[in-house]
Amino acid sequence: MKIGVLALQGDFLEHLDVLRRIGVETAEVRLPEQLHGLDGLIIPGGESTTFGNLAQHYGLMEPLRQFGQEHAIWGTCAGAIFLSKDVRRSQPLLGLMDIVVERNAFGRQVASFETDLDVPALRQVDPSGAPFPAIFIRAPLIEAVQGEAQVLAQLDDGRIVAAQQGRLLATSFHPELTSDDRFHRYFLRLIA
Amino acid sequence: MDKKVSTYTEKKGLAQMLKGGVIMDVVTPEHARIAEEAGAVAVMALERVPADIRADGGVARMSDPGMILEIMDAVSIPVMAKCRIGHFVEAQILEAIGVDYIDESEVLTPADEAHHIYKHDFKVPFVCGCRNLGEALRRIGEGAAMIRTKGEAGTGDVVEAVRHARSVLGEIRRLQSLPAEECMAYAKELGAPYELVMEVRKLGRLPVVNFAAGGIATPADAALMMQLGVDGVFVGSGIFKSGDPAKRAAAIVKAVTHFSDPYILAEVSRNLGEPMVGRQISSLSDEEKLAGRGW
Repeated sequence: MKIGVLALQGDFLEHLDVLRRIGVETAEVRLPEQLHGLDGLIIPGGESTTFGNLAQHYGLMEPLRQFGQEHAIWGTCAGAIFLSKDVRRSQPLLGLMDIVVERNAFGRQVASFETDLDVPALRQVDPSGAPFPAIFIRAPLIEAVQGEAQVLAQLDDGRIVAAQQGRLLATSFHPELTSDDRFHRYFLRLIA
Repeated sequence: MDKKVSTYTEKKGLAQMLKGGVIMDVVTPEHARIAEEAGAVAVMALERVPADIRADGGVARMSDPGMILEIMDAVSIPVMAKCRIGHFVEAQILEAIGVDYIDESEVLTPADEAHHIYKHDFKVPFVCGCRNLGEALRRIGEGAAMIRTKGEAGTGDVVEAVRHARSVLGEIRRLQSLPAEECMAYAKELGAPYELVMEVRKLGRLPVVNFAAGGIATPADAALMMQLGVDGVFVGSGIFKSGDPAKRAAAIVKAVTHFSDPYILAEVSRNLGEPMVGRQISSLSDEEKLAGRGW
């Protein structure tokens, strides 16, 4: 199994480190031809406007949409924004997931926070059901989950911070910044 | 659920999200929009770019908060702002208006000639300049969550940024080759906290994100710094003091993403118009050099 990480900008090295730690072959993706031979793709944290700008310029938008029709893709934070179909402002989006996202929903950096999150789906990779240490950085919120998309995790107040639609996964937070690899292993199960 | 706000992980984490990106100096909301449109990962809001601070002389202070707020309103990407070295009240004001990162910067006139700000006490994260590993680790010891080379701001001459990046990265390589019993003496020589020296030795890198700054004016300059091993670049005067800022900004963004692909670098370097008029570092007197500020 070979997993690519979109390496236009952002914390792609952190994702690559986790994948290598759990024994997966990896590749960095900056150009369309680098998608060939991959079984799945992670879109990391970073700035979604920068991803959109570079993906458009290097002709990645359509190839990424095609890839998402047939393969698993997981977006963390900016990656989740990029996967969504609507962010209520004008910027390039892949529109693969039937979710509406609000950018910087918690405010500016001084409001960034960590919390323990209950993610029932992670029991599939670890029966302990221990809470997941979620790191939110100028984080987006999943405002609405529509069509085939489903809620994967919510804050105490019910606001949605993770969603899944078939083999597509979106998280508002950053599992790649923790030493907990359950989300990465959960993503691999969507491919196998 | 327990919620912990503004932890050191959060502060370092925002810088991790900026990696592989370009942070651009802007002086108006219009500049900020051009920067965002070109693919900047963040903007540095200030009243004058370093080249103008250098030309104007006089005391350079924190920018007007009203002007910074206008820039914060204009873009969706993070906004940074500068305070003077040691001026913790300017930092309190910048935190109060909600900037995303504070640059405690040698480009402004220092407010304290012996001490930097104690940055752990703030909720907002700080980036600080350095010339070598000792200076980087002193700043991290005070709570900086991101480091950049100082270079020599406002010159368009990349030579000092290269010198500072080579110092930091070279000293890290040296540290990794030392036996444990020699590390205390090396910490003393660097003037750096021992625990951080040992952490760097274990990690093989700084414990925070490390950008290049000070003199970057072309896509090739930016890619040079990336190939030397930094995580991203700040471009100050290099963009909005050039002939075609939007085009140059977009080209530098592409050069940082594709920093190891000479064919793409060749393509993005074409027809960019006039670069900023540079000043050779070797033509500056010692008083004109900003990088010496910081203790």
